[in-house]
Amino acid sequence: MSVILALVTTIALIDGAAAAAPTDRCDVPESFLSSESELTNVANEVKARQRLDISVIGTGSSSLAGVDGVRFAYPARLEQALQQQLKGISVKVTAHVQPRASTAEMVPGLAKILTDDKPSLVIWQTGTADAINGVAAEDFRTSLDDGVSAIENAGANVILMNMQYSPRTDSMLDVSTLADVMRIVAQQHNALLFDRLGIMRSWNDSGTFDLYTATKNYDMARRVHDCIGRALASQIIGAAHLDANRMQTTR
Amino acid sequence: MLRGDLGALAAVRRRKMVANLDVVLPLPTAAPLPAAPAATERDLRLDLFRGIALWLIFLDHIPENVVNWFTIRNYGFSDATEIFIFISGYTAAFVYGRAMRERGFLIAGARILRRAWQIYVAHIFLFTIFMAEIAYVAATFDNPLYAEEMNILDFLKQPDVTIFQALLLKFKPVNMDVLPLYIVLLLLFPPALAMLMWQPAFALAASALLYVLTWNFDWNLPAYPNGVWFFNPFAWQLLFVFGAWCALGGAKRLAPVLQSPAILAIAFAYLAFAFVIALTWYVEPLGRLVPNWLSEWMYPIDKTNLDVLRFAHFLALAAVTVALRAARLAGAEIAILQPAIRCGQHSLEIFCLGVFLAFAGQFVISEYSGGPLIQIAISFTGIIIMIGTANLISWYKVIEGRSPGSRVQQPDADLAGGEA
Repeated sequence: MSVILALVTTIALIDGAAAAAPTDRCDVPESFLSSESELTNVANEVKARQRLDISVIGTGSSSLAGVDGVRFAYPARLEQALQQQLKGISVKVTAHVQPRASTAEMVPGLAKILTDDKPSLVIWQTGTADAINGVAAEDFRTSLDDGVSAIENAGANVILMNMQYSPRTDSMLDVSTLADVMRIVAQQHNALLFDRLGIMRSWNDSGTFDLYTATKNYDMARRVHDCIGRALASQIIGAAHLDANRMQTTR
Repeated sequence: MLRGDLGALAAVRRRKMVANLDVVLPLPTAAPLPAAPAATERDLRLDLFRGIALWLIFLDHIPENVVNWFTIRNYGFSDATEIFIFISGYTAAFVYGRAMRERGFLIAGARILRRAWQIYVAHIFLFTIFMAEIAYVAATFDNPLYAEEMNILDFLKQPDVTIFQALLLKFKPVNMDVLPLYIVLLLLFPPALAMLMWQPAFALAASALLYVLTWNFDWNLPAYPNGVWFFNPFAWQLLFVFGAWCALGGAKRLAPVLQSPAILAIAFAYLAFAFVIALTWYVEPLGRLVPNWLSEWMYPIDKTNLDVLRFAHFLALAAVTVALRAARLAGAEIAILQPAIRCGQHSLEIFCLGVFLAFAGQFVISEYSGGPLIQIAISFTGIIIMIGTANLISWYKVIEGRSPGSRVQQPDADLAGGEA
């Protein structure tokens, strides 16, 4: 009996320890990252100039507050993940965060960003501010369509990033309608969708992160951003066919 | 929808229902097909479908619910809202049409406006509960990851504006859009009903014209803090008026059309098309197979303005339902379906309860990180509470002498414990 009790206690302790330990694993199901759209401009740029310039345009959820927030937010994590995997390629990720900006408000500023950064890839995170402000789906679609066209005309590829999965605010903030619009607009253009909503939901369902947690602490937010940065890096490498090993051997 | 063999149904009902229902409907001596507004009985099938629609609306209002996979919105363009609004229009015409014929425009109009007022009060009650939930979340939930999403709580900082805007029906939090739509529809209903009874075809055409103009000129009511109403009353009125038109004899006029094999084939084909398109929303690789011109033309399928694709989907569903005779109720079925019928008979109370239960269920899921089992348990518990409450309300109506059998004492009571 006591043996069984000890065993149960041990298992419980191990289990508890595992749950308490911060996990570095945040696997993303393959279906979220695979796509038939290809990042041809990225592939060409990397091949021709050994450079990868990425502009991230987004709202509050593309940044983290707090000390060193910039260093821990996903744009910086993406840059690091790409740099680690693409040896010999100069990777630069520039973030343009406009808190509370709706999609329509971001569109006019795109031209300047495109001229300044000359990116081969733009990651456009949007939708949350529009959902909060109750922007109509049709208006949202028009703005998004204009923006994606502008970016593509400037010769850059586009990844649209949708909203965060936020179970606590689900009952107040419906993001699904606009998320559907983003999927459709990405499909109509040759753009990729980074389904942050679906990915974070899968993390929550699999227990990778408990996104219901209330905390003032930045640990979880930083880990989530790190995971998003790495998932983005995988998506970019996959869609631009920048096989990491091959890049290394060509140098 | 729901036309056809009402006579046969009435006959069945006469035999079985008296035994099965404690709510005994006043039965006519003959059971004619309801010629124009001659219908004197509330059709139980309406209550049945409205009850089911209420369950589906409840389930759809709990985000992250595995049971949602069974609701119709995942299998085509339209969802339970269309069913609910159509049947509400049908029932409103049924109840108030008779009042208008028997007691005149003023009395019927006054009763419709009183109903609108009751719904307004119910809406404000729900809003209060919603505010309580939001305030709780704002006070207890904090996570730097969600700094941006928490902006949704900004309105708590200025309750003076927010509460006024809510009273004006301009500020409507998530899931609280249906009742304001219903209120506006009822406010506009007295003249619409008079017109429907005077010149049904003309009234229906006027409704369709308003729908078209709304699409052309982007008419809608303003919302707070910005934007427009999620359910555009000027567009959705088409479904409500169409329901009313069906109740006032239109269903009978449509019967030959609905029996034509060609129409049925078109309806089936359209439902199959909608089903395939709906599949592409969930199976990513299939999405690529939708030709660009089609998605360009089709999307977004606008719920706010009752997209033609949604309206057509509802019509196809209705046509198929009628054709499959799924709507025919035998006595034994009435007993089994009783819970849904009861819920449909007390639609306002049960709708409000459903919205509240969806809040509460959502809250339980957030507090206890509910997995699929919890979600299923919450879904079924919610529906059982809805059924229990509907039965309780029926019971109250009986003990207060407001059941239809005692309408002599309470001439103003609505039919069959029912509401429009």
